[in-house]
Amino acid sequence: MLDKVIDSMAEALADVQDGATILIGGFGIAGIPTELVCALLDQGARELTIVNNNGGDGPIGLSQLIDAGRVRKLVSSYARSVGKTGNAEAFAREYEAGRIELECVPQGIMAERMRAAAAGNGPFFTPTGYGTLLAEGKETRVIDGRGYVLEQPLHGDFGLVRAMQADRWGNLMFNRAERNFNPVVAMASRVAVAQVESIVPLGAIDPEGVQLPGIFVQRVVRREGDR
Amino acid sequence: MTQAFRPLDRDGMARQVAADMPDGAYVNLGIGIPTLAARYLPADREVILHSENGIVGMVSAPADQPPDPGLLNASREAIVLVPGASLSDHVVSFTMIRGGHLDISVLGAFEVASNGDIANWDTGEPGAIPAVGGAMDLVVGARSIWAVMSHNTREGAPKIVERCTYPITGQAVVDRVYTDLAVLDVDRAAQRLTVRAMVAGLSFEELQRRTAAPLSRAPDCRIVEP
Repeated sequence: MLDKVIDSMAEALADVQDGATILIGGFGIAGIPTELVCALLDQGARELTIVNNNGGDGPIGLSQLIDAGRVRKLVSSYARSVGKTGNAEAFAREYEAGRIELECVPQGIMAERMRAAAAGNGPFFTPTGYGTLLAEGKETRVIDGRGYVLEQPLHGDFGLVRAMQADRWGNLMFNRAERNFNPVVAMASRVAVAQVESIVPLGAIDPEGVQLPGIFVQRVVRREGDR
Repeated sequence: MTQAFRPLDRDGMARQVAADMPDGAYVNLGIGIPTLAARYLPADREVILHSENGIVGMVSAPADQPPDPGLLNASREAIVLVPGASLSDHVVSFTMIRGGHLDISVLGAFEVASNGDIANWDTGEPGAIPAVGGAMDLVVGARSIWAVMSHNTREGAPKIVERCTYPITGQAVVDRVYTDLAVLDVDRAAQRLTVRAMVAGLSFEELQRRTAAPLSRAPDCRIVEP
């Protein structure tokens, strides 16, 4: 029997190694698997490379992980504070002190690099960023008069995602625009862990309504409530 | 000497942008004044708004809508999905953006050059955290790029220039610029800027004086009343 449901977040993340690359879904405050990130904090792995669109949004979760000195490198499109809600102070402080590396990636390229990894593709040429600072150090080529930058696939050892509903095969449904990076994060990771609000019996999700097929998800755990 | 003209305020600029939206267009509005344009879209035109986080078909939410992180635009403002709306993930959303499926992307800017270069992500300040968001995908992907910004810096320096001094977001991409003084079309191949509209009371000579690239005036140049 295929049952991907794990009893606790601690168990779901027990085998995260030091130096691992962790892809984290979510965009701003939407669709962030905050409780899983907190469980990663408790788990203790160090020297992590974290991939997330933002740089810790508010005081809980990624900001704590950064604050605890556990993140060696952040790959992100927008690691700055945004207005009142998007507080990325921990990242700003560590970055200023030179204790964390930042790879700034255009948002769509972050998604597409993960997609390339997920789909078994190698590097790809994109016009995004051509002629800009973010193309520095990368191979570029002009094809039919248009400039392109060579971008690398972005694999995760673990992918942490947030979804609304799952079944024991790992089929996922998301809440509206909380889907954002979550499917591609799961698809690009060797071990995708989904925190979900509810787990339903097989067949309860209409096959046509499955937003991420369970084949891309290795572990499912119910959210353990707010901390 | 008192100025004989009044620059447009943020809402005034947003109104100019909104008034030029064609019926049936798919449009992405960037953070700031571009997003403000959503308030002034003409009621008789159907303009379909796209957001980076996978939303196509949205309007601003009423103030009393209960908060839902699944119903925010890329500027983190609460939205309502309109009938006909769709949701997708980031891969599909940026396929729309980069693949030329959006009609218009409206972005704020620090500088625009007469060759169509735009700088809007990095002021080059030492120590500043580089953060680009979706801007580099939008400028290479959308069919038409409109930049919105004040015509001059607070110190009075021109922001429309022959070559950007800030790090650019994209090369030769801007089609039109909306400022608090004028609306300009960018002919990127000819590196020529044509003034389509100017605020009332502003002379063409004064506008040119405030711009660090040569301008020409469209024969049908409009006057924008405050």
